Amino acid sequence: MPTLFLFLPLVGAILALMLPKHREHEAKWIALAFTTLAFAVSIAIFVWFDPDQVGYQMVDQFKWINPGGGGFEVQYIVGVDGLSAPMVLLLGLLSVVAVLVSFSVEVRVKEYFAYLLLLETAVAGVFLSLDLIQFFLFWELELLPMYMLISLWGTGRNRYSAMKFLIYTLAGSALMLVGFLVLGFAGGTFEISALVEAPPQDTLVPLSLVFWAIMLAFLVKLPIFPFHTWLPDAHTDAPTAVSVMLAGVLLKMGGYGILRIVLPILPEQAHDFRVLLAALAGFSVVYGAVITLQQRDLKRLIAYSSVSHMGYVLLGMFALSAVGMSGAALQMFTHGTITGLLFVMVGLVYERTHTREISEMSGLMHRMPLIGTVMLLAGLASLGLPGMSGFVAELTTFLGAFDAHPAATIAGIFGVVLAAGYILWTVQRVFHGPADEKWEHLTDANHWWEYTAMASLVIVIFAVGIFPSLLTESIESGIEPIAALFGDSA
Amino acid sequence: MNGWELVHHIGPSVALFVGAGVVLTADMIGTRGRAPLIPLTLLALAIAAGWALWHASTGTTGPAFEGAIVMDRFALFFIFLLISATAAVVIASTDWAEELDLKGEYYALLLVAAGSMSLLAQGNDLILIFVALETTSIVQYVLVGVTRQDRSAEAGIKYLINGAVAAGLMIYGFAFLFGTTGATSLDGIAAFIQSGPEEARLPLMLGFVLVAAGFGFKMAIVPFHAWAPDVYQGGPSPVISFISVASKAGGFAIALRLFYSGLGGGGTFISQDWAIMFGVFAVFSMLFGNLAALVQTDVRRLLGYSSIAQAGNIAIGLAAVAAGSTLGPSTVLFFLGTYVATNLGAFFAVIAISRRIRSYEMSDYAGMIRRSPVLAGVLMLSLLSLTGIPPTAGFIAKLYVFNGAIQADALVHVNLGAIEGDFPWLVVVVAVAVFNTAISAFYYLRWVRVMVLDEPKDESTFRASAPMQAMLGLATAGVLLFGLIPAPLISAAQRAAETLQVRIP
Repeated sequence: MPTLFLFLPLVGAILALMLPKHREHEAKWIALAFTTLAFAVSIAIFVWFDPDQVGYQMVDQFKWINPGGGGFEVQYIVGVDGLSAPMVLLLGLLSVVAVLVSFSVEVRVKEYFAYLLLLETAVAGVFLSLDLIQFFLFWELELLPMYMLISLWGTGRNRYSAMKFLIYTLAGSALMLVGFLVLGFAGGTFEISALVEAPPQDTLVPLSLVFWAIMLAFLVKLPIFPFHTWLPDAHTDAPTAVSVMLAGVLLKMGGYGILRIVLPILPEQAHDFRVLLAALAGFSVVYGAVITLQQRDLKRLIAYSSVSHMGYVLLGMFALSAVGMSGAALQMFTHGTITGLLFVMVGLVYERTHTREISEMSGLMHRMPLIGTVMLLAGLASLGLPGMSGFVAELTTFLGAFDAHPAATIAGIFGVVLAAGYILWTVQRVFHGPADEKWEHLTDANHWWEYTAMASLVIVIFAVGIFPSLLTESIESGIEPIAALFGDSA
Repeated sequence: MNGWELVHHIGPSVALFVGAGVVLTADMIGTRGRAPLIPLTLLALAIAAGWALWHASTGTTGPAFEGAIVMDRFALFFIFLLISATAAVVIASTDWAEELDLKGEYYALLLVAAGSMSLLAQGNDLILIFVALETTSIVQYVLVGVTRQDRSAEAGIKYLINGAVAAGLMIYGFAFLFGTTGATSLDGIAAFIQSGPEEARLPLMLGFVLVAAGFGFKMAIVPFHAWAPDVYQGGPSPVISFISVASKAGGFAIALRLFYSGLGGGGTFISQDWAIMFGVFAVFSMLFGNLAALVQTDVRRLLGYSSIAQAGNIAIGLAAVAAGSTLGPSTVLFFLGTYVATNLGAFFAVIAISRRIRSYEMSDYAGMIRRSPVLAGVLMLSLLSLTGIPPTAGFIAKLYVFNGAIQADALVHVNLGAIEGDFPWLVVVVAVAVFNTAISAFYYLRWVRVMVLDEPKDESTFRASAPMQAMLGLATAGVLLFGLIPAPLISAAQRAAETLQVRIP
C-alpha cells in the first residue's frame, strides 16, 4: 500500500514526459489523475491504519542493496505509523491542490507536471522510509524537482533563490549523512526501528556531535532562525503550486525527521539540549512574527509567518512530553493545510493583479468577494481562531510545552498575538478599504479547479478544528512510544 | 610453466598489443583510408574481453613470470573496465577520427594504451609496474598531440613535461623501496614490511610519498594535478575522454595494488602513515578542484577541474585503510566503475554537442535541451551523477565511499583499542567531502540550468551520429543501472578487492 502511494506519482511523471509535443497540455490531466489516485490511496492508508496496534503497519520490505557482506546493506522498507499516516494524507491532499492551482500553467507543461509529480514521490519517500539510507536518498531526490520548478517557472530572482535553496539544503544535509553513517555502523544496521530498540552507544564521534549533525539538516529544513533565510526567497520566487508544496509538506520533512529519527534514536542528547532548542524555537516564533509585520510583499509575508509557525513545532517537540509532541505533530498537519490555503489564495490574487505589493492593493473584496472571504478564513485559522484547526494544534502545543519551557512558551503565545496583528492588518489592507479603480477589471475565482482547491482545504481546516480526534487518535498512537522514552506515558 | 601458460596469463594484453600491430599493418598496406580499421580495433578488444572472460569463468591463474605479474580478480575487474572504456571511446569517436590524418596510429595507440594499462593492473613487481606505467604515459602523450594542431601539440608537451617529472619522482621512490626492502617484487616488499622494522619507517615513507607522486599524476590528484585543466582544454576531446577515465582507473589500480599488496595493506606499522597521506590528498583535491571549477566558463576546463575533485572523492577510498577490511579498496573499484559510465556519458555528450556548435563555451550550451533533447538529457543525467543526486550511480558511489571510510575509521579505533582521545580523522575527511558535494552542485547544476533554462542562441536542432547515440545510450544505462541496482557491481568490487588481501601471507 505505501509502495503504491510512493510510486503512483512517479509513473504519472514518466507518462507525462512521454506525451508528444502537440498533446503536451494533456499532462495536467495525467497529473490530476495520478495525484487523485495517490490521494485516494493515502485516504485508504489513513482509514485502514489501526491506532491500537503497536509498531509500523502495512510494511513493504526487501533487501535493495545486498552485496553479501562488507557492511553495506540497504533495505527498501516503507510503512506507516501514527506519525506518518497523517503526513501521507496531507501530502496526498496538497499534491492534488498543487496540481489544481497549476492548471493555468502554459509554459513547458509536461516538464512542469513531471517535476511536480516527482516532487510528490520524493516527499512521500521521506515520510514512508524506515531505513536511514533510503530516507537520505529521498531527502536528496527532492532537491532536483524543487530546483527546476523554482528556476524554470518561478518569477523575480528565481535563479538566485533556486540556487540558494539547493545550497542550503545540500550543505544542511551533508552532515546528516555523516551522522547516519556513524549511527549505522555503530548499530550494525540502517533500519530505524532496530536502531530505536538498541540505540547505539559506542560511536566513533561523540553522540552529541551526531545529534547536531543530524539536527542541522532538520533545522535548516523547518526552518528555524538563523537557518531560515532561504525560505522567504524560495517562497517569493516560486510558482504558486511550489509554494503550496514547500510550505505544506516540505517544511514538515524537517519536523518529521526530528520525530522519526532524532528523538527516538538519540533521546539522551535530545534531553541534554532541550533547553537550548526550545529557546531557539521561542526566539524563532517571535523573530519570525516581528519580521512578518514589516513585509510589503504578500508572499514574503506568509513565508515569514511560516518561520514563526514552525517555531511552535520545534517548541512542542522539545517539551519532550506526549502532549507537546502531539501538539507539534498536529501543528505540522494544520500548518500544512492553512498555509497551503494561504499560498493558494495569494496565487489567485497574483494571477489577477500581477502584483504582490500589499500597498498597491486595496478594496479587492469588492471585486473578488469569494477569494477575499476564503483568504480571511485562512487568515483566521492561521492566527488560531477556535473552531478551526490552528487553534487545536497551538493550544495543545502550549499546554504540553508550558511545564518544560515556561519562558519559551510565553514567547510563543506572544507570537500568536503578533500573528493576529499581521494577519488582520494584511487582510484589511488588501481586501478592505476603498475600491481602487485600477482593479475594476478583476474577476473573482471562476474556474472549477480554483473552487475545488479552495473548498477541499477549507473543509479540512474546519473538520480538524471541530473534530480534532480525527487526527489526534492516530498521532497519539505514534507519539506514545517516543514519549515513553522520555518517561512520559500520557 | 610452458610458453602457452605464460601467454595465457597476460592474454588480454597480448591480444591488445597484437591487435595494435595488425591495425598499423592494415593501415599501411590498405588502400589509403579504405582499411577496415574500426572493425579490426573492435575485434582486438573483443578478443581481449573474451580472453578475460575465459579467465573469469575458469578461475584466475595467479602469479607468473616469477611473480612479476599476477592474474587475479582484481586485475580482471580493471581489464574489463579498461576494455569497456576503450571500446566505447573507439565507437563514439568514429566520425571525429574520419577527419584525422593519423587514423591508423590513433586506433593502434588506443589499443597499446589499453594493453599496457591491463598489464599495469596485473603488475606485481616494481620494474614491470614502471615499464607498464611509462608505456601508457608515452602513448598518451602522443595521443594528446595526435591532431597535429598547435593547441593539441601544446597540450601534449605540457602533459609530457609534467609526466616526465612525475615518472622521475616515482622511480626515485621505487629506488627507496628497493633499497630499504631489498626486493622489487611486491610480495618481497610486503614480507619485509610485515616483519615490522620500525627503523625503516623514514625511508619507507620517503619511498611511498615519491611513488604516490607518480601515481597521483595518473589520477590527477592534488598536488600532482597541474596538467589536467590545460590538457583537458587543449587536447582532442575523444582522447581526453579516454584519459579521463582509463588513465585515472589505471592510476588507482596500481596504487591499490602497491599499497595494499606491496605495502601490506592495513595493520602494518606504516599503514596509517600512507592512509593519512591519501586523506590529505583527497581533501585538497576536492577543495581545489571544486573551488576552481566554480569559475570556469570553458566546459572542458570545467570537466578537468571536476575530474580533480572526483579523484579526491575516490582517494577517500584509498585512505580508508583498516586491518582485515577490504571495504576501502572495494569502494575505490565501485566508484571507478560508476565513474567510467558517468564521465564518458558527459564527455561524449560534450563531444557531440561541441562538434555541432563549434564552441566549448558554457554560454553556447544555452537552451540545448530544445536543440538536442537526447544529448542535453544525457549530459544532464551525467552531471547529476557527478554531483551525486539520486537515483544516479554517482549517489550510490559517494554513499558507498563515505560509508567505507567511516567503517574503516571505526575498525582502526577498535583494533588499536584506543577509542578515547584518538581523533577520528576519516570522519572529518568525509565531512569535508559532503560539503564539497554542495559546492560542486553549484557548478554542475548551473550547467544544467544553462541548458534547460536559457534561451537558445540558435533554434536549429540536431542529433548525434548513430554510433555516438549508441554509446550515449550505453553510458546512460550504466548511470541508471548502477544507481538503481548497484548490488552486482558492489559485490564484484568486493570480490575483486578481497584478492588483494588473500595474497598477504
